[in-house]
Amino acid sequence: MPNVTPNTAAIEPQKPKVAFFEFADCEGCQLCAIDLTPEQLLDLTAVIDIVEFREAFSEKADGSDSTGGDSHSGYDIAIIEGSITRDSDAERLKKIRAAAKIVIALGACAHIGGINALKNCQTKKEYTEEVYPTDPNKYETTTAKALDEIIKVDGFIPGCPIDTGEFIRVVKNIVLGKNPDIPTYPVCVECKKKENVCAYEKGMICLGPITRAGCGARCPSNGGYCFGCRGLIPEPNVNAQEDIMQKYNLSFEGMKDKFKLFLQRSKEVFPDAE
Amino acid sequence: MPNDVKVNVHHITRVEGHGNIKVDVKNGELKECKLEIVEAPRFIEAMLKGRPYSEAALITSRICGICSAGHQLASLATSEDVFGIKISEQEKLLRKLLNVGEFFESHVLHIYFLAVPDFVGAKSVLPLVSTHKDVVVQALKLKKLGHYVGDVIAGRLIHSISTNVKAMTKIPTDAILESIIEKLKDAKEELKIGAQVLKKLNLPHFERETEYISLYKPGEYALLEGNLFSSDTGETSYKNYRELTNEYLVDHSTAKRAKHSRESFMVGALARFNNNHEWLSDDAKAFADELGLKAPCYNPYMITVAQFVELVHIADDGIAAAEKLLGMKRELEDRSFPIVAGTGVGAIEVPRGILYHEYTYDDKGIMKKANCVIPTAQNLSNVEDDFRALVPTILDKSKEEITLMLEMLVRAYDPCISCSAHILDVEFV
Repeated sequence: MPNVTPNTAAIEPQKPKVAFFEFADCEGCQLCAIDLTPEQLLDLTAVIDIVEFREAFSEKADGSDSTGGDSHSGYDIAIIEGSITRDSDAERLKKIRAAAKIVIALGACAHIGGINALKNCQTKKEYTEEVYPTDPNKYETTTAKALDEIIKVDGFIPGCPIDTGEFIRVVKNIVLGKNPDIPTYPVCVECKKKENVCAYEKGMICLGPITRAGCGARCPSNGGYCFGCRGLIPEPNVNAQEDIMQKYNLSFEGMKDKFKLFLQRSKEVFPDAE
Repeated sequence: MPNDVKVNVHHITRVEGHGNIKVDVKNGELKECKLEIVEAPRFIEAMLKGRPYSEAALITSRICGICSAGHQLASLATSEDVFGIKISEQEKLLRKLLNVGEFFESHVLHIYFLAVPDFVGAKSVLPLVSTHKDVVVQALKLKKLGHYVGDVIAGRLIHSISTNVKAMTKIPTDAILESIIEKLKDAKEELKIGAQVLKKLNLPHFERETEYISLYKPGEYALLEGNLFSSDTGETSYKNYRELTNEYLVDHSTAKRAKHSRESFMVGALARFNNNHEWLSDDAKAFADELGLKAPCYNPYMITVAQFVELVHIADDGIAAAEKLLGMKRELEDRSFPIVAGTGVGAIEVPRGILYHEYTYDDKGIMKKANCVIPTAQNLSNVEDDFRALVPTILDKSKEEITLMLEMLVRAYDPCISCSAHILDVEFV
């Protein structure tokens, strides 16, 4: 392979510039975002220019060399993965918000706090002493939060992890000024269409009745149950979920325990959470 | 020749997670040499406490997107070690296939997207879309193969769904297995083309012999089961992992630093190759010869090449597993088993090296204590020792060249810093 230099002349100025950032996360959603077929890659790069993506690029949106961390200029859209678990990260996030015209939360951690918020079910003393028994206060950490608890978020791509097809659709729609087109009905609708045996019939606690669809009921279709990673539907009927639990002779406490996995930041199910 | 060099890389790019490189040379003498981990701590081990065994794989897979299936496989092995469960031949083969998905996704991403751009003077794979479109298309295809195998075997590669303690909740059809075989055969052809690209790259010549630790099961290139093997001290039971990782000292220090017989050791593709190369498939051996990889190899920049050779082996291994499954009567297994209280260990090879999980459950299968020791944590001291050996030999280069060589060295190890989020503030100096 001969040496090459980036062909910046090919960048068309009218396409919105997109930068990716991440906080407390597993980076799995960014991996899904780049799990593209060559056709999808061309489809996506036809409408946006990716100008910063630390996990995959050394290029920086502000044109600096690659050694200085986040850019705070040079992009229109910030796509952000991860929850906010440190005060210093909240400050990082605000700077990105100030630099971007549009902020999109990528995946459950950014959208609803996700798995990171499971630690909020313990006291800070409990979880810090568990992992760093001799010096629990050494590392900065605080309640894990979703992005929209700290800044204004203009759009979200739900799921743990996100669905690649939905990612492309939402980004394209936002760029084109259209509705992102994310379902507001529950997972059960998609699950029934797939003619799956109901997880409750198999003795499992499933959050499908109150969780936002759009995943194609992927978990119940593969022998699992829904644990709510896409967040609650708008105005979820949590009481109806309680009735289902009674019908199948399952405890409401058992269901509340499942809510902790991804939904700790949802006021509808944990109204008293800090 | 600069006598004073300060290298300060904030959030090194093209690695998984957030890390900083700090090197300070004064009057030709190395004063400071650090790879800092600055990822937000996530407290996953604490989150596991109080959760049922059936959620352990679900939660630990979220430690890391790229190592997700690896964490699941380690988690299942650990729970099964606690409960004394021996998994069936069918289950072993299905997990082998899931692991094929994991290695393809991870190794291809690292080789083509993270490592290769450095060697062609590019900052990412993006400029290569216009200059080397065929290679980029090939890389996307090979990575997609990893996701495909994960999808059809376990519902999804990243945060798999069908993976459960004792047995999967999904069984592949003949058509799926045949398609996996066909795709893996195609992939081997693609890899032949990739090898021609890789061969032309100018890898830095830098050697530092160290201790190499991997799983070990004579007769096979051990990935999902086996004992532990050190190139210094030989074989020991996987149950003794704390002796090898020195994690026992963890209670006395927040710096979870791994060392065994020396100050540092290496895990990952090159360690596996050095310890287990004789059990690679014939085609993988031929690729190693072609690419100039010979055991023992002491050049950490060659980790990328060792990963490439592993892809060929993994493809062969996957074809064999799928063929075996095709010849078997496959059925959903009964997943019930008696729950007993106890502690168990799981040790498996994930793309970056040995991953250990250790769990203690009560008699209801509720987690009392969890410990995860990840490969990148084990490699950190070794990277830093490499820095120390390398920097004095390249002081005649410009600061930019020195920085690039250090970044390339870190990238060669393919560090997964998301995984290491509980191993902060590693004291190197």
